Amino acid sequence: MDPAFLAVQALSGLSSASSLFITACGLTIVFGVTRIVNFAHGSLYMIGAYTAATLIPRLLELSFGPVTFWAGILASALVVGVIGVIIEVLLLRRIYGAPELFQLLATFGVVLVVQDLVVQVFGPEDILGPRAPGLRAPVEILGRRFPSYELVLIAAGPIVLALVWLLLRRTRFGVLVRAATQDRDMVASLGVNQAMLFTGTLFLGAFLAGLGGALQIPRVSANTGMDLSIIAEAFVVTVVGGMGSVPGAFLAALIIGQLQAFGILIFPKSTLVVVFLLMAVVLAIRPYGLFGRAEIVGGTHAVGIASREPLPGRAFILLVVIAALACFPLVADAYLLKVATEILIFALFAFSLQLLIGVGGLVSFGHAAFFGLGAYGAALAVKWYGASMEAALPLGLALAALGAGLVGAFVVRLSGIYLAMMTLAAAQILYAVAFQWVEVTGGDNGIVGVWPSPWASGPIPYYLLTAALVLVTVLLLKRIIDAPFGYALRAARDSEARAEAIGLKIRQHRWLAFMIAGAGAGLAGGIYAFSRGSVDPSLLGIAASVDALTMLLLGGIQTVIGPLVGAAALHGLRDWIMPLTPLWRLFLGISIIAMVLVFPRGLVGTVRDGWEART
Amino acid sequence: MTREPLLDIRNLNAFYGRAQVLFGLSLYLYPGEVVALVGRNGAGKTTTLKAIMGLIAASATHATFKGHSLGRLPTYRIARLGLGYVPEDRRIFTDLTVDENLETGRRPAGAGRSPWTPERLFRLFPNLAEMRGRRGSQMSGGEQQMLAIARTLMGNPDAILLDEPSEGIAPVIVQMMAEAIRAMKAEGVAVLLSEQNWAFAAGISDRALVIERGEIRFQGSMDELMANEALRADTLGV
Repeated sequence: MDPAFLAVQALSGLSSASSLFITACGLTIVFGVTRIVNFAHGSLYMIGAYTAATLIPRLLELSFGPVTFWAGILASALVVGVIGVIIEVLLLRRIYGAPELFQLLATFGVVLVVQDLVVQVFGPEDILGPRAPGLRAPVEILGRRFPSYELVLIAAGPIVLALVWLLLRRTRFGVLVRAATQDRDMVASLGVNQAMLFTGTLFLGAFLAGLGGALQIPRVSANTGMDLSIIAEAFVVTVVGGMGSVPGAFLAALIIGQLQAFGILIFPKSTLVVVFLLMAVVLAIRPYGLFGRAEIVGGTHAVGIASREPLPGRAFILLVVIAALACFPLVADAYLLKVATEILIFALFAFSLQLLIGVGGLVSFGHAAFFGLGAYGAALAVKWYGASMEAALPLGLALAALGAGLVGAFVVRLSGIYLAMMTLAAAQILYAVAFQWVEVTGGDNGIVGVWPSPWASGPIPYYLLTAALVLVTVLLLKRIIDAPFGYALRAARDSEARAEAIGLKIRQHRWLAFMIAGAGAGLAGGIYAFSRGSVDPSLLGIAASVDALTMLLLGGIQTVIGPLVGAAALHGLRDWIMPLTPLWRLFLGISIIAMVLVFPRGLVGTVRDGWEART
Repeated sequence: MTREPLLDIRNLNAFYGRAQVLFGLSLYLYPGEVVALVGRNGAGKTTTLKAIMGLIAASATHATFKGHSLGRLPTYRIARLGLGYVPEDRRIFTDLTVDENLETGRRPAGAGRSPWTPERLFRLFPNLAEMRGRRGSQMSGGEQQMLAIARTLMGNPDAILLDEPSEGIAPVIVQMMAEAIRAMKAEGVAVLLSEQNWAFAAGISDRALVIERGEIRFQGSMDELMANEALRADTLGV
């Protein structure tokens, strides 16, 4: 192969590694001290890019030159640093002691809020930033042209690494940050005001995110999708490097940069897959990343369902529910039936996740993977083999269970935040496959023409089919939760060591739980595919996974029927509010944050607590 | 003694979840005295010290240090009043060097006092002087214990809560601990010492508090406790 080509490819790998490191470094520092995985880090990166792309052209009009350009980059990063401080003071400070699931959801709420605010502030158009003055001409490397700005980026990564290293090693702030990374209570016992330390850390982390974003503007235009794409990559870098480790992040970014640069030669369309596979391999060998270490604090922070007195007249309530579901078509029009069908599907989706989170304490952040596998499994069977609905639904379910078995085999070794990141990565791999393997999956357009069999088509028959399938599956899952298997999962959730000591095979139980939950979500996905007649990659996306989590949170994580109520509430709200306002995500994000802060027991949990307090 | 106590705790109750572990416990500490809090494993010694530092949920009808109410103060504010804390598991920052560990504890000294510096502390703990650049993870238990005490002294406290300093360390180092505690006392630092090692506690303390099942069973001078064999046998097994 042409050596010049290889050299240029390696250099561009280095420059993307640099950019990635600068952003991921902020994420890993913030995690190290606060123990919060800040989903909103990608949003800060996006704000940095938008701010720079808007601010710098105006500055250049006043005074054109390299100094102005670089001052503008720094100013944008500072603005983002201040925004990070605001987020810390208003939100993060209140959830340092909260369970991981709530922390992740709350910061994802910030992601949603920022997505809508960015459009409001900067407008809906992508903004292409100016090129850097003095760096417009490409340089020649072995006879090939290479953008000179990329060379500056290549240098920027090591410079940031060196400065961060100096800050952490040579200043009192740095020493305290490193101490707090290890033992927060001890730092407080020595008279250090953690609040100031945390606020300072968030400023640093947000500053680096903003810097990472601002440095991108001569290469890519600022756009509204950049938050989630960078956060997924930054997660991979921090997880591969070891969460909290700055040198680890640097090494991981270098590896990933080169993998992307050369992976494109081997698998032209699968750069995302290669990156996430790297993460899977590293975590399988070193569960805490290259330079990471086991969490010092042993507590898993798990929240989940507890045993309760059975409600009086349960059988009667169940009969009423069945009757109501069966009679609903008599009073509802086609639109309401469609809404009800979707609510039932999402209720099953959320309920299957409850088995993992509420019962098993396994915070899966990629449950949409199995929903999507079920949907794609069914749709592919229809498209390529002309399968009927009766054959395609079980095939989708089987594919989802198989996928869950595969993912589960990797992740049951992990715990807490690493498990959340790993499941997210698994979902992103599948998303990338669905998106990039156009010949088979139809890429972005997905697969159309997935219609139910004649006897089940039409709003009423399909609604009834959905209701029956969902009801039977939910009752089955409920039975599993109440069986010794469910108790074993709960024992492992509350105390892994004790559960192991009484002879429970935790990993096998969790693995099986993954497959059962995956099968449940896969069935929901399959039904969904036939209800809409099509599938597309968004079914596997982060947003779909977070939807399921939001339903759990809304309904109440500590109750069994919470997810069902949460699904109805979220879907109902969405259908009601989305047509009224373009700011749905802002509304949803604020609602999620508010729920985490003031209403963490959810709808059903709050009602039940009130009920039990009275009786 | 007519002076005001430095630390004055009355009616302290503490809970782990719903289980009460301290029951109306009262204690006081005068400037420059060494008081031993002795009792069996699980009697509530560590919990008492943590409750005073605000590290676990607790309530008291009266809790002051140097006249300042500890009330609902966060831990770092309690430490800043001049109350140092050395936890039983030492909790050295293992990623940090000896010098860096000392830096984490540094706080300005009160007016008119000569502050503790690394150099002064190295005279107190000569072993540490030879390993200033060594990481906490590469130190023995005894060395970590010295570092933990030195780190807390860097904050120039008026009193130190010292949790089981003799636990799990070599006898020769236990001797050094005893000397270090005497040196602190000579500097005017009061020490509230939780101990299971009766001989060690008896050798360095002015007064003793015997704690059993979260309640104070005895308080008085060390000599009185030495004389009361029945109580010692009953509560301490010595």
